[in-house]
Amino acid sequence: MTHLLPGSLPVAQPPTRPAPQLPRGGLPRLLPDQGIFPIDLRTHLARHGRLPYRGRRRELIAEVAAAGLTGRGGAAFPTHRKLAAVSEYRTPPVVMANGAEGEPASNKDKSLLWLSPHLVLDGLQLAAETVGSVTVGLYVHRNPRLHDWLRTAIAERAAAGIDAYPVDLVEAPPRFLAGEESALASRTSGGAALPRFKQPRASQRGVAGRPTLVQNVETLAHLAVIARYGAAWFRTVGTDGEPGSMLTTRYLADGRMDVLEVPLGVPLAALLGLPDADQPAQAVLVGGYHGAWVPAGAAQALPLANAALRPHGAAVGAGVVAVLPTDRCGLAESARVARYLALESAGQCGPCFNGLPRIAAALGELAGLRPRRDVVASLLRWAGMVEGRGACHHPDGTTRFVRSALQVFEAEITWHRHGRCTAGNGQPFLPLPGDPPLNDADWR
Amino acid sequence: MRLRVNPIDCVGHGVCAELLPELISLDEWGYPILPDQPVPQALGRKARRAVTDCPALALMLARP
Repeated sequence: MTHLLPGSLPVAQPPTRPAPQLPRGGLPRLLPDQGIFPIDLRTHLARHGRLPYRGRRRELIAEVAAAGLTGRGGAAFPTHRKLAAVSEYRTPPVVMANGAEGEPASNKDKSLLWLSPHLVLDGLQLAAETVGSVTVGLYVHRNPRLHDWLRTAIAERAAAGIDAYPVDLVEAPPRFLAGEESALASRTSGGAALPRFKQPRASQRGVAGRPTLVQNVETLAHLAVIARYGAAWFRTVGTDGEPGSMLTTRYLADGRMDVLEVPLGVPLAALLGLPDADQPAQAVLVGGYHGAWVPAGAAQALPLANAALRPHGAAVGAGVVAVLPTDRCGLAESARVARYLALESAGQCGPCFNGLPRIAAALGELAGLRPRRDVVASLLRWAGMVEGRGACHHPDGTTRFVRSALQVFEAEITWHRHGRCTAGNGQPFLPLPGDPPLNDADWR
Repeated sequence: MRLRVNPIDCVGHGVCAELLPELISLDEWGYPILPDQPVPQALGRKARRAVTDCPALALMLARP
């Protein structure tokens, strides 16, 4: 798999086939125009100019509302509503940029922080001004080189007098759930990065008990360009209902991976090079490991937009799209992911702690040959038993993924019952951390 | 009022299901399954008792 991340000192390899045609529409907006060279402060200022502070609280909210910007961390919540809600409090809120990309298949936040850190930091300053905050932080997964790079960027901006509010860099542990909003608030308050029972929500009582605005780093980068170029410009790409562009992490059937900025609504066929006679696809995973499988035939007729994906049980999420080639076993791939998700349960809530390992084991049995007759029924019973019963959405996201696997790979289950697997390639396809399972100390 | 549980605090004592079997059952691991519907007036007293007697203080009555 080719990694195009500067974090791993990438070597861009020439594509083996023509890249899929995508509408350009002034993209990329957030990433460098070409190549993978990080944008330093000088280049950033030459390209975008100084930070367009508004000089007053709440000033930017109408522009963000007109742009129709939604959260790019996965939930697609309207950004202006969060800004408005947090700016209502008399207590000055805390503003956190969330770059804890715990999802192993997603690389877009890491790429953005490496390549365009100053757009994220611009967005953070603008969000702070908008909600009247003076306490600002950037929460990023553990990676010493990335932290050094960001610390340098923050120091450069301080030296140039760009930032009105000093930015704290907070380290997120390498856990799937570390970026969950209440886990972020807990970690930033000095505790473990564990999801909390949210009552009230972080927007009301988050970091150190203060109202807290948590925005994904990509959302903040979009905020920074909207503040400069306006809502009408932002809407020149995307769909009417889901305007703008988004960063995706795509996995092609031949195993290549890259991060690409695309307009919302881009056809999945173009994004993923479907159909491809050399590398036939059987299914597409949309939305990452809390997302859903869609059969390849259906996927190649769909755009990357929630309105069209939702009837298929899928959502754009944080922009992970992966083509599963026909030579892999969808059940085996899903079972590996389900096992990982079960191990990434924080273990705090009984139903999740008990249910997820059983669900993962059942899927593991289906991934093998001659599973027992009642395995699917047991799995579905456990799925129903964990849904909606966690402090966070980990059980719900996990069962969404597992249920879609049962549906999309139903024919494969039948083959396995008869003692045969149709896959010719046993190599793992979807990326998972290779390290041994973490322990309880790794939540800080 | 509606029954809610803090799933992090709940450790599955099962006391609530014994005190209020009309509304609360236990899943196969011993954790309470709560009704989506508001607590009927007639069971209000018993529900409040289940809340106060939860050893983990995890059960609560909340406005719908």
